[in-house]
Amino acid sequence: MPVLRRACRTGRSPLADAAAQAPTAPVAPTQPRPPAGPSPTAPGFGGPVPADTDSRPTNPIPVVASPIEPANTPTAPGFTADGVPKLTRRRDYRVLGGVAGGIADHLRVKVLWVRVAFVLLALLSGAGVLAYGLLWIFVPQAAPDAPAAQPASPVERRQALGIAAVGLAILIVVAALGLGDSLGVVLGPLGLAAIGAAFIWREADDARRARWRRSAAGIVGPSRASWWRLIGGCVLVVGGLSVFALGQVDFTAVQSALLAVVLTLVGVAVITIPWWVRLVRDLGDERQGRIREKERAEIAAHLHDSVLQTLALIQRQAGDSKEVQRLARSQERQLRTWLYGPAGYAAGHGAADSPAAVDQTFAASLAEAAGDVEDTYNKSVTPVIVGDTGMDQHLNALVAASREAMVNAAKHAQVEEISVYAEIEDGTASVFVRDRGIGFDPAVVGSDRRGLAESIRGRMERHGGTATVRSSPGNGTEIELTVPVRPDESERPTPVMNSQQGDVTK
Amino acid sequence: MSHPVTVFVVDDHALFRTGVKAELAGLDDDRIAVVGEAGSVGEAVVRITSDQPDVVLLDVHMPDGGGRAVLDQIHAKLPDVVFLALSVSDAAEDVIAVIRAGARGYVTKTISGRELADAIVRVSAGDAVFSPRLAGFVLDAFSDRGGPAPVTDPELDLLSPREREVLKLLARGYAYKEIAAQLFISIKTVETHVSSVLRKTQKSNRYELSRWASDRRLV
Repeated sequence: MPVLRRACRTGRSPLADAAAQAPTAPVAPTQPRPPAGPSPTAPGFGGPVPADTDSRPTNPIPVVASPIEPANTPTAPGFTADGVPKLTRRRDYRVLGGVAGGIADHLRVKVLWVRVAFVLLALLSGAGVLAYGLLWIFVPQAAPDAPAAQPASPVERRQALGIAAVGLAILIVVAALGLGDSLGVVLGPLGLAAIGAAFIWREADDARRARWRRSAAGIVGPSRASWWRLIGGCVLVVGGLSVFALGQVDFTAVQSALLAVVLTLVGVAVITIPWWVRLVRDLGDERQGRIREKERAEIAAHLHDSVLQTLALIQRQAGDSKEVQRLARSQERQLRTWLYGPAGYAAGHGAADSPAAVDQTFAASLAEAAGDVEDTYNKSVTPVIVGDTGMDQHLNALVAASREAMVNAAKHAQVEEISVYAEIEDGTASVFVRDRGIGFDPAVVGSDRRGLAESIRGRMERHGGTATVRSSPGNGTEIELTVPVRPDESERPTPVMNSQQGDVTK
Repeated sequence: MSHPVTVFVVDDHALFRTGVKAELAGLDDDRIAVVGEAGSVGEAVVRITSDQPDVVLLDVHMPDGGGRAVLDQIHAKLPDVVFLALSVSDAAEDVIAVIRAGARGYVTKTISGRELADAIVRVSAGDAVFSPRLAGFVLDAFSDRGGPAPVTDPELDLLSPREREVLKLLARGYAYKEIAAQLFISIKTVETHVSSVLRKTQKSNRYELSRWASDRRLV
């Protein structure tokens, strides 16, 4: 890097900076010509630059405020969704603020053309200077680890200065043709102020870099040169504005005091613009960081309450394989619901905000019943549910009967797995509870089984449904339960009855 | 069968790969032989291309695009390699996406070793393997709930009544043999119906999957 650094340092001519690319102060955005005044004091401020460094942390600002293209898509850092480099100001190989280079990278044209365009625009009532200044303010610097464009060769640097010189020459010609006399008095001081602002803003870029470097290396205190440039910039701005005021204003006028105040405020605004911009950006960063942090904390809290607790329990009961299995199953089900369920994490926050409404659906109720049986009897119960609807009393009865059927299978079938399939179709809700267990002959059942079957069947019939038992010894059992579903108005989850449940926030 | 079905395991969890290999080896089943494994999408693409196994057990959720990315890069090039999705994911859109990308079946990771071995042999023979959960997802996808989806090609966009019946029995946990007995058809016919459902799931453009997946929560 030392070679490049030297190139940067020696290559910068404050004169060229001022003439070609100095941002105009917002004081006079409608001035007919760009500030082109000579700047005898400038070389003193163009001295040593804080060394560029690659140890800065990543620029955290992903959003680029750009009048050309809103490039805020979250793709590869430094590039838009289309693979175009984002509009950032060049960090290295710049002549003044890195604006022209950044635009050239963004538009993928030669930086020469961008500079020519700026100079030509500058001749149009100073529009180019104004544009350059605004871009300098609003376009963030490139991230330190962004891929560097091709190095600025001495040739390129000479080109930039040449373009600036041509622009300056044209200005002088224009001035010589007679337009300059009346405007020179105005432009001289304002140009001076603009140069001052340029140095302050440039210093702000360097200060930001220095701040990064300090936080990285632990060194405190800005360099002396940067203080000098800062103070010099302030003096130029204030001085330029003062000269402008003295030259232009008739101080016998009543409003002169008011004008002085306004000019002072303008001067302060110009000097502090970089810090305002930075403040706004830092606030945005911090807000994003807080949101991420909150999200992370939520996930951590959930994992702690569920998975870590369960793992601790499993360790303590490692000898009891049945209990370990039960814990693992129960935890898996909970985590699944959290991740993929209707109110789950993956469903987005809108759904998670209304857990009460979700509790009311048929699918959720049946899944809950299956989970209960799974936990209580330590059997794997896997429900597959097609379609869903809001609950009513008939469906409540269906879920209760299904639960009985699952309990039956868990108690008597002597298998580890019970299949549950439910569907809502053509106005009928059906539940199939199936096991591949020992089975039985429905015609010859024990008194206890008979009672349960009656309870299931009786319950279904009271609600206009049916219960069918298919079983034979050795071939497992399937119980089919159906009830009619009210047509369309029940197709959506009904509004929550007890609204206080909806107000509970975690 | 003259030679065992060669199986390749793709999963980003080394522990799980080891578990699957151990379980399949422990069955002492000479129908299948695990020949390789990969822990990332890139590794999987390279090694499957060179090894050309018969069946790939594919994890749905992995960094860098998951099983979908592997299928997208390999399936067109190597149509003879059969993919069977094996995942803990319960998200319907993930599962359907992998099926549409070319996987010939989906089973959950809680499947027993014996069932997994059977599933591997079946997909390698050209069958589709529908776990009850996948059958439920597909039934949901072809239902008319969530607004009338346009039927542009009845051949692809609608399930026949028989296919629907077969799918429902699959969702209820029936084996092919039991489905055949229940519907009084041959096992071969059941296989044909299931393959047809798989083809429709892969080719039909009737529904937009993301929209369907979100509607499913509301209907």
